[in-house]
Amino acid sequence: MTEARDPTSLEPDLRRPDAGSAVSDVKDWFVREVLPLEAMLMHFLQQNWRNRSDLEDIRQDIYAQLLTAAERGIPTQTKAFVMRTARNLLIDRIRHEQIVPIDAVSDLDALGLAAEVPAPEGQVVARDILRKLQVALDRLPPRCREAIVLRRVEGLSRREIASRMGISEKTVAEHIANGMRALAGLIFGEAGRGA
Amino acid sequence: MSEAQSPFAAAPGAHEIEAEAAELLERRDFGEADEAALEAWLNRSPAHRAAYWRLEAAWDHTRRLPALQTQAAETVVEAPRNWFLLMKVAAVLVVAVALGVASTLYLSAPRDRTYTTGIGGHEVVSFADGTKIELNTATHLRARMTTAERVVWLDRGEAYFEVKHDPTHPFIVIVGDHRITDLGTKFLVRRQAGRTKVALLEGSAEFSVANVRSRTQSALLMPGDVAIGTANAIAVTREPEQQLSRQLSWRKGLLVFKHTTLAAAVAEFNRYNREKLVLADSDTGALTIGGTFNVHHLDDFTKLVQLVLGLRVRANGSEILISR
Repeated sequence: MTEARDPTSLEPDLRRPDAGSAVSDVKDWFVREVLPLEAMLMHFLQQNWRNRSDLEDIRQDIYAQLLTAAERGIPTQTKAFVMRTARNLLIDRIRHEQIVPIDAVSDLDALGLAAEVPAPEGQVVARDILRKLQVALDRLPPRCREAIVLRRVEGLSRREIASRMGISEKTVAEHIANGMRALAGLIFGEAGRGA
Repeated sequence: MSEAQSPFAAAPGAHEIEAEAAELLERRDFGEADEAALEAWLNRSPAHRAAYWRLEAAWDHTRRLPALQTQAAETVVEAPRNWFLLMKVAAVLVVAVALGVASTLYLSAPRDRTYTTGIGGHEVVSFADGTKIELNTATHLRARMTTAERVVWLDRGEAYFEVKHDPTHPFIVIVGDHRITDLGTKFLVRRQAGRTKVALLEGSAEFSVANVRSRTQSALLMPGDVAIGTANAIAVTREPEQQLSRQLSWRKGLLVFKHTTLAAAVAEFNRYNREKLVLADSDTGALTIGGTFNVHHLDDFTKLVQLVLGLRVRANGSEILISR
């Protein structure tokens, strides 16, 4: 990274642009700094990319690029870095697509990428996630929600959930796996739900 | 859109990768993960890692579901201060209703509790499930004991655990990057700078460490095993029962030494007392000593040091200097 190191950073050990980053640091950065930006990222993608069915793949490509970059050194200005990566990736896509979405480029240059907005305090983030969790849970299909509550609140085994719900263990596994995916979209992305 | 032509629609697509990630995470959540296979899967590409970590992070948040219930209970007791809070209460109640039967269990769930001992302190905490935790000197731990999970964070110091085993609610001790998952056990955990020491007395437990590759390395501990976990490795040795029980003598307020170097003995005493023993040099520290001492009776120890080893003992402010 060529970006200036943030002198106010409270985690100097995370910023090691020269040494390459341990996978645990990359993961930590991704979970703590990138994922909370997903709603903003998806909002940006939706505004700038017409074909909604591409969004999941685009998000994946952006995340893959971010991780690849972070493995060389954890970026300091995460928000600006995420948005720049997204923007560049959309531009590359537009160049490579046979058919250019008509208003694909509409907003790209209007982005305020310069300023890194300070991350909200942990407390605020935690409360925000709790609120999102409430909303997300409400939006899950009832059977899926039931399986997840039995797992997370009652701590039942897969077999116990199956017998409680009167369904096969395989179906329980599907409910939970589907619930995990839906919850990730609802908690982080909101806008990125569905395809 | 000519989707198939796109150089960006890398095979497999995001949808497939996420589906696989969810399957792996689901298996892992139920304790059926094949760690090697998971690691291989994660190593396939950054996209695989991103997909898995993202689902894992979201799933981790659902740990708060019981907390949500606790919060509901506590918020309702308070009089709402404004309409926003009122709406929040309403929202929480909607979820509480959605959770149905499960929620009623949770309305009385306790929050995380913290337990602290000062230097020389010693405290025994008993929990409703029959689990007992004994805190040694200068120890700080947090406990989240609900019917959904049993998690203890050892932030500082040392504690002895006697865990009532419950196969559906594993008991987990988290020490920095280290994690001990109880499988029906009595064990001792000590947190030191950069490392975690676990001594297993009865039953078995899994000791794991988040290594540099961010995947877990783990060791299954059996009685007599003493494991030391550092940032990225675990070493396990086996100690005879006598030696293990010596490590637990603090529970009776005692320090038991046998062929122990003076340096180690002094370090032990200093854990329990504000008045610190100081060794003049490393040669003195290399001398060995044996005996049983009250953790607070520095006098008994320094007298023995004078008599048996012929050393000089001199008080110097809040320090006691031991020299030749």
